[in-house]
Amino acid sequence: MLSLHLLLAVCLLYVGLLFLVAWAAEKRASRGQAGWLRSPAVYTLSLSIYCTAWTFYGAVGYAARSGLEFMTIYLGPTLVMVGWWGVVRKLVRIGRSQRITSIADLVSSRYGKSNLLGALVTVLAVLGSTPYIALQLQSVTLSVSVFAAEEPGFMRAPETSGSALWVAAGLTLFTIVFGTRKLDVNERHHGIVTAIALEAVVKLVALLAVGVFVVWGVAGGVAPMFDMIDTSRLAEWQVRPSRWIGYTLLAGVAFLTLPRMFQVLVVENPDERHLATASWAFPLYLMAMSLFVLPIAVAGLAVMPAGSNPDLFVLTVPLAQGREGLALLAFLGGFSSATSMVIVAAIALATMVSNNIVLPIWLSTRSGGGVRSGDVREVVLASRRLSIGAVLALGYAYYRVTGGGEALAAIGLISFVGVAQVAPALVGGVFWRGATRIGAVAGLLAGFLVWVYTLFLPSFGEGVLIPAVMLAEGPWGIGWLRPRALFGIEGLDPVVHAMFWSLSINICLFLAGSILTFPKPLERLQGATFVNVFRHAAEPRGWSGGSAEAEDLLMMAQRILGSAEAQALFSREVARQGRVGFLPDPTPAFLERLERELAGSVGAATAHAMLGQIIGGSSVSVEDLMRVADETAQIMEYSAQLEAKSSELERTARQLRDANEKLTALSHQKDAFLSQISHELRTPMTSIRAFSEILRDGAELGEADRLRYTGVIHDEAVRLTRLLDDLLDLSVLENGQVMLNVADTTLRRVIDRAVSAAGLEAGRVRLRRDLASEAVAIRTDPDRLAQVFINVLSNAAKYCEAPRPELAVHVRSGQGQVTVDFIDNGRGIPREAQNLIFEKFSRLTDQRAAGGAGLGLAICREIMANLGGDIAYLPGQGGAAFRVTLATARAQAAE
Amino acid sequence: MGGTVLLIEDEPNIMEAMRFILSRDGWHVHCHSDGATALDAVRQRDPDVVVLDVMLPNRSGYDILRDLRGDPATAALPVLMLTARGQKRDREMAERHGASLFMTKPFSNAEVLDSLRHLLGREGAA
Repeated sequence: MLSLHLLLAVCLLYVGLLFLVAWAAEKRASRGQAGWLRSPAVYTLSLSIYCTAWTFYGAVGYAARSGLEFMTIYLGPTLVMVGWWGVVRKLVRIGRSQRITSIADLVSSRYGKSNLLGALVTVLAVLGSTPYIALQLQSVTLSVSVFAAEEPGFMRAPETSGSALWVAAGLTLFTIVFGTRKLDVNERHHGIVTAIALEAVVKLVALLAVGVFVVWGVAGGVAPMFDMIDTSRLAEWQVRPSRWIGYTLLAGVAFLTLPRMFQVLVVENPDERHLATASWAFPLYLMAMSLFVLPIAVAGLAVMPAGSNPDLFVLTVPLAQGREGLALLAFLGGFSSATSMVIVAAIALATMVSNNIVLPIWLSTRSGGGVRSGDVREVVLASRRLSIGAVLALGYAYYRVTGGGEALAAIGLISFVGVAQVAPALVGGVFWRGATRIGAVAGLLAGFLVWVYTLFLPSFGEGVLIPAVMLAEGPWGIGWLRPRALFGIEGLDPVVHAMFWSLSINICLFLAGSILTFPKPLERLQGATFVNVFRHAAEPRGWSGGSAEAEDLLMMAQRILGSAEAQALFSREVARQGRVGFLPDPTPAFLERLERELAGSVGAATAHAMLGQIIGGSSVSVEDLMRVADETAQIMEYSAQLEAKSSELERTARQLRDANEKLTALSHQKDAFLSQISHELRTPMTSIRAFSEILRDGAELGEADRLRYTGVIHDEAVRLTRLLDDLLDLSVLENGQVMLNVADTTLRRVIDRAVSAAGLEAGRVRLRRDLASEAVAIRTDPDRLAQVFINVLSNAAKYCEAPRPELAVHVRSGQGQVTVDFIDNGRGIPREAQNLIFEKFSRLTDQRAAGGAGLGLAICREIMANLGGDIAYLPGQGGAAFRVTLATARAQAAE
Repeated sequence: MGGTVLLIEDEPNIMEAMRFILSRDGWHVHCHSDGATALDAVRQRDPDVVVLDVMLPNRSGYDILRDLRGDPATAALPVLMLTARGQKRDREMAERHGASLFMTKPFSNAEVLDSLRHLLGREGAA
């Protein structure tokens, strides 16, 4: 009888061995002697995490229930590795050239480094993987319970369920120690990959050993084994095509989209050429794993008492035959399958959670300063460690909640359908340039929801999360919405049903969304890079505009890559640029390389955002867009969009030209303005100087002349003062620094004030007002508004050349605004000058009559802009006419 | 000095001040304030020297100067240019158009008198 204590001791020893192997591998790799650690064999073996406890134990159970159908789970990946080798190679190339850290990162990066997509895929992956992790914990518990059942007097229940907790805790520790030692995943987790390769060997050897024992030890040879199979009830097993096709497809898709598979297949891939080996070696491994599944199932059904769990035949058959050593080996095989899956899944999910959810949130909470202050490395590592713990805790929680009742295979298939939702966006994204972010989001979301509704929620069992009545009759009694018979399609296997609907709707929305929307520049660029990854792998492109200081970049890089690594990167770049010193020029090519290096640590979207914060420019230049346009292999497909783009470019170019002309004109205006000011200042100063010298020289002057000369000096001094006042006023108004003293008043009060200040009451101009219409409540700065009115009124007094000058004031109010028109009976302002009068120094007549410097109306225009109103010349009124528009008090109160 | 000076200037106060100063110094002073008819005034008055403002109503001093230099009768007439802008470019413009001397406002009365004496003295020597 095998003691449980011995079992635990063997487990601990085995885990200790894994630690040792991982540690030794890390050490070897850090000394730069990776050597065989990076061999194709290790890579192929690491892919074997596809075979989890589900395949180790569950395949036999599956075979005992449904015959050869279990083969579909192996068939899918085999077809992908052999037939879809191109897809895998493309993913690996993209992953390496873009420094992709996870499947969420790849999808996010492809669709314009979209945070939303990254987060969406992450959530999907976590939800999809949680049952899977729970399944591994459950398998360990189940296998321990097999041994516990053999031992009478052992406290069974608490001991065995406790084992799941211990396993979860131990795996958390192991994963954190070896999974988050370094940040840059491009240095890869040598320790973990090596440990997993070892586990791959253990589980294969264990399963083969049990198989050999069953064939030669139980059945008595190959021929009797075949007889045994023929006579078992499995011989009557029938092919169900929908399930065969469905499951094979599902397994193939999941092989590409499972986060942990992506991790070993793409992220941990040390050399693209290893794929060539893996493409035949991995299917071989799968074949070896499946070789004895059927014999073990048949033997189990024959020798075990009816009703025993076929999922555990791998353990129970040797035990029943008294082969405890073999059973122990089988247990270790199952244990290996479970632990390796959980470790890699935890790393993959933690990277996704940390890069696509935690970091973006962290980054947004410290806007701007985030990249320059705070140790990003510590944050990233801490968030990954926490995420690993959280992922395992979730798995454990799911295990506790569901109680582990279902058959192992069922849980695995639920996960498969969940993660398969990423497939359209992933495969479409790397082969179809027309795929857009909107399409990807729409497809993913819809597929995800359908999966949750038709498979995930019902998986908890009837009445747990979905009421039994809803399963039977549909929500609100709508039959065609029944979770297991959507749109009235009944009789399908639930998994095939869920897969069919979720993926169909997903693909349709993905296609429709992509066709109907037009991608943003960055997205198009990424799409072109991904789809054409083999054509221009290392071609730098990207950052333009904006400005980046090399020091800032180095500071940020050090925080993320570590100072030694960052400095090495920068000095390599200095050498590449053929310069001396420490800091390279921040050329677009270098920024691109730097972004890729950062992306290897924190993910594409985050790296892009961080670099964007420093550079502050647009990441896509016109040249990039042109190149995207040129290199397209689907000119026809894009020609219409290109046309739109090129007219957009033309428009942009025209706008740039206009802006340049405006700037040139502005600069000329500034020169002209200064020149004007000089003239306006020097002219009165000339008179003042000349007359004061005449007076000083004591020339014999008559009293009348002396008085007149001092009068001129005085007037010119006043003119100078007024000019300076106007200039200062205008400058304050133009810069928007004006202090408004807003008060409630009526239009009439302001006009009264202006009339009196402009001296019109007793003047030669006859004023025509309608006092009733002027009783409008306004809320404004009365002084400033009066200043405008005074200006307009005194202009009329000054320039109206009619023999009997008249000025009419018309007030009209309504719809929240009031207009005040000032119309005189003079000749008015010539049409060609009407646009000029509001410009600075635009004096139409000569200055003797004007008495001002020509700034009055310019000031009026600025004041009205500051008051939120307007002043304009009103043509076609006979005489000169000005319209002042402003909001009424009620309209302002309503705002 | 006893020479004749034609003052083309539109700012009345400046005109009055200069008329006073030049008269006191013995000049025979004619005044004109409109750019458009300035050339006619020159031909009519036939002065020994012209004081010409740049910013005139209707026609700029530069244009008037160019026409003076283009006419053989007045090509060698000494012209003192006055401007209130005072930028380097304005001095270059004056020189290019053939000003004999150039002064920026404001100036001292003595400066004007010295300049005119200098202009006439030079002409007298030629």
